[in-house]
Amino acid sequence: MGWPRSIVGALQRLNQRGLAERGDLFLSISREYTLQRSVPGERHGYILRSFGANAYRSEAQERKSSIPVEIPVPYQLHKLSEGPPQHTQTTQDELMKYYRDMALIRRMEITADILFKSQQIRGFCHLYDGQEAVAVGLVEALTDDDSIITAYRDHGLYLARGGTLFECFSELMGKRTGCSGGKGGSMHLYNVKKRFYGGWGIVGTSAPLGAGLSFAHKYLNKKSVAVAIYGDGAANQGQIYEAKNLAALWDLPLILLVENNHFGMGTAEWRASKQITFYDRVHYIPGLKIDGMDVFAVREAICYAKEHCMSGKGPIVVECDTYRYHGHSMSDPGSTYRTHDEIKGIRQERDPINHVRKLILKEGFATADDLKSMDKEIRKEVEEAAAKAKEAPQPAKDALFAHIYKNDAALQFHGFVR
Amino acid sequence: MESTALLQKLTAGMAFRGNPATLLSSSSASSHFARVQASAWPIMQGSRLRRLNVEATDLNANAFGTMPHSSTGLKIITKAVAVKTERGSTATAQQGHELLLFEALREGLDEEMERDPTVCVIGEDVGHYGGSYKVTKGMAEKYGDLRLLDTPIAENSFTGMAIGAAMSGLRPIVEGMNMGFLLLAFNQIANNCGMLHYTSGGQFTIPIVIRGPGGVGRQLGAEHSQRLESYFQSVPGLQMVACSTPYNAKGLMKAAIRSENPVILFEHVLLYNLKERIPDEEYVLCLEEAELVRPGEDITILTYSRMRHHVLQAVKTLVSKGYDPEVIDIRSLKPFDLFTIGNSVKKTHKVLIVEECMRTGGIGASLRAAIMENFFDELDAPIGCLSSQDVPTPYAGPLEDLTVVQPPQIVFAVEQLCKH
Repeated sequence: MGWPRSIVGALQRLNQRGLAERGDLFLSISREYTLQRSVPGERHGYILRSFGANAYRSEAQERKSSIPVEIPVPYQLHKLSEGPPQHTQTTQDELMKYYRDMALIRRMEITADILFKSQQIRGFCHLYDGQEAVAVGLVEALTDDDSIITAYRDHGLYLARGGTLFECFSELMGKRTGCSGGKGGSMHLYNVKKRFYGGWGIVGTSAPLGAGLSFAHKYLNKKSVAVAIYGDGAANQGQIYEAKNLAALWDLPLILLVENNHFGMGTAEWRASKQITFYDRVHYIPGLKIDGMDVFAVREAICYAKEHCMSGKGPIVVECDTYRYHGHSMSDPGSTYRTHDEIKGIRQERDPINHVRKLILKEGFATADDLKSMDKEIRKEVEEAAAKAKEAPQPAKDALFAHIYKNDAALQFHGFVR
Repeated sequence: MESTALLQKLTAGMAFRGNPATLLSSSSASSHFARVQASAWPIMQGSRLRRLNVEATDLNANAFGTMPHSSTGLKIITKAVAVKTERGSTATAQQGHELLLFEALREGLDEEMERDPTVCVIGEDVGHYGGSYKVTKGMAEKYGDLRLLDTPIAENSFTGMAIGAAMSGLRPIVEGMNMGFLLLAFNQIANNCGMLHYTSGGQFTIPIVIRGPGGVGRQLGAEHSQRLESYFQSVPGLQMVACSTPYNAKGLMKAAIRSENPVILFEHVLLYNLKERIPDEEYVLCLEEAELVRPGEDITILTYSRMRHHVLQAVKTLVSKGYDPEVIDIRSLKPFDLFTIGNSVKKTHKVLIVEECMRTGGIGASLRAAIMENFFDELDAPIGCLSSQDVPTPYAGPLEDLTVVQPPQIVFAVEQLCKH
C-alpha cells in the first residue's frame, strides 16, 4: 500500500520548511507505487496522446497493450485549478524504451566520470545521473518541432534529444568529430537538427534565450513550445524574472522547467533562497511541482504544460523535484554538504531507473536476467563509443579560426590576415 | 554578397562620394537635441568664459561650433564649417532625396523589413512611441506590434530573447535606447551572441543587429555618454560598424541586417539630425570597408562617427594653411579595413587617429597597434592619436567640451606630425 496522500503532503510541506534533517525527509517521502488496475475499458478523462510520441497508435492498440501506471506523488499546483492526472497508461515498448534510454544516460555519465578521472575529459564536467527521468520524460512529451534549451548539465538532454554517444564523447574529449567540432566542450553540446539549443555556461541565461525561442515560435506561427531548463541555483537570477515577465506579457509558449536538485553547487536551496519553492515564485505565471524522479510524472506534466501553452495561456513553470548523485561537477565530491546516507537513500528509494525496472518486472515484460543483459549491452555500447571517440582525431589547426564569423572568407582580420 | 554590394555602391553612389555632409539642421526637426545643438559653443578669452552668439545662418549650419577655444587671439575663420558646396556636375545635383540621418536609418530599416518578414525590432519604446530618436517612427502602424516590439526595461533579458530568436530563425534588431544601457546586456552580447557560432562548431548563426546611439552628447552626464565600442571590440565573433552620415547610415543598416553575423551598429546622439542627399536607388554598403572621405597626400587622418565632422572642420583650416590631408572614415571598427588604411599609409607615411573613445583601451589604441604591426616600415612619424580624456564625462558644458577632441587640436596635431 502506498502512503496516504495527506501524510505525503504533510511531509512535503515539512520538507519545504526545512525543519527536519534533509536526509531523513528524502527517505521518508519515498514513493511506493501501487498498481491499481483500472476496470477494463475505462477511459481516462485526460487524453494526452496527441502530444506524446505514441500519437500514431490507434486507440484499440493502446487499450489492448497498455497498462495503467500510478503517479503516487501528488502534484502541487499554483494558480491552476486542475493538474495533470495522477495515473497514466504505458506499454511494454514504452517501458523498455524508457529503461534503455535512462540506462544509457546513466552509463554514459558513469563512463564520463571515469574518463574525466583519467584526464581524457578536461575542464568542467557536470554529470546528470539521477536526473535521467527529467530528460527522458521531457523528450517523450515533446515533438521534434519543439525547442529545448538548458544550462551546463546537458549531457543527458543531448542524448535524450537524439544525439549520438560517439558525438557526445568526442565533444567531451575535444575531438574533431564532436557535435561542436571539439570547440565547445561539456557545457556546449548542441544539436541544431533536433532543436536542442544547448549547452550554456552562464547560470540563468537559458531563460531569456528560451523566451527568444518561444518568441520565434509565436512570430512564425508554429504550433510548438520552447522549454527553458534551469536549476534551483539559477532561480534567483534577475534575468529569470525578467524572462518570466516578458513571456507572461506576450503570452509566449514557454515552459520553464526547474530541475530542482536541491543544491546550487555546495549551497542547499534553503541557504540560497528565501522561498524554497520554485513553481510559485511569480503570481502571474501558473506552476506545478512534480516528482522529477518519476518519468511518467514528467511526461504527464510536460504534456499538460504544452497544452497550456498551446491554448494561448502563456508560460508555465514546471518544477521537477529531482536529485543528482554526483557532485556539482567533477571537482566537487558531493559529500561535503550532504551525507552519503542521503545519497544512498535516494538511490534506494527514488531512483528513476529502478522505478521503471520494478514496473517491467512486475508486469513480466522482461526478467531480471533480460534486464541485466540489456545493461551489459548498453555498457558495451557506451564503452565502444568512448573508445571510438578516443581514437578520433583532434581538430585541425585551422579550426582555430573557423566559425568565428559566418562567411569567414570575406573578412580580413587584424592580427591574422589571410 | 560583398562584391555585389560593392558594385551597387560604386554604381549608385559614385556621384555622392566625397561630399561633405551638410550640417544643416532643418527647422522641421523638432527634437530636443536639435534645439540643444543649435546653441553655440563657449569660447575662452583670457580667463573669462563667454558665450558667443553666432549669427543665425551659422547657428543652423553649425552644430559643432566654429570657434576653437584658443587663448592666443588667433584670427579665426568664422565660416569654417561644412556648408553646401557647389557640385561640379549639375546633372547629379537634383538626383536622390534629402533626408536626416535618423530618417535614413528608418528608410534602411523599412526597406529591409519589407523585404524580409523575419526582420523585427526589439527595444524600449520602439513601437507606439516611435523610438526615442524617432528612428522607428510610424513603423508600428505599418508592421504591427509584434515586429516593432515594445519591451519592458530589461536589457539583459530582451537582448537574450533577441539572441534566442535569432538562433531560431528570426533576424531581430535590438535597439538600446542609449548604448550605455547595453552594459546590462554585456553577458548576453559577449558570451552568448559573439561566441555561439564558434562554440557550436558552426551549427548556429546569430543574425542579430544591436544598435543604438552612444557617444558624448550635449551635457547628458557621464552614464549617458558612454562609448561602448572599446568594451566590445575584443569579443570575438562580433562585428562592429559606426555610421556617420545619412548615406552610410542607411547602407550600413541594410548591410548589418543582411549579415549572418552579429553586428553592433554604433550611432551617435548628436548626428541624428545630419542632412544629406542620398540616392533613390537601393544600395547596401560593405560592412568591412572604410570610406575615403577626402583624398590627400600629406597625412592620413583616420576617424569615425562624430569625429569625422570635427576632422572635416579642421581640414578646412588645414587646407587654408596649405596642408593636404587624406581623411578616411574607418566605419568598420571590427575588423579594421587594413587594406584601405594600408594603401593610404603607403601614400602619405603619416597617420593621425581621431576618435571619441577614451585614451585607454579605445579603438584608437587597437588601430594604432594594428598599423604599427603591419605598416611600420611605411611610417615616417609616430602614429598620432587624439582621443577623449580618461574622465567620466562631466555635465558642465565647458568641461564636457574639454573631454572631447576639438578641431583646433586636430589642426595642431596635424601640424606637429607634418613636421616630420
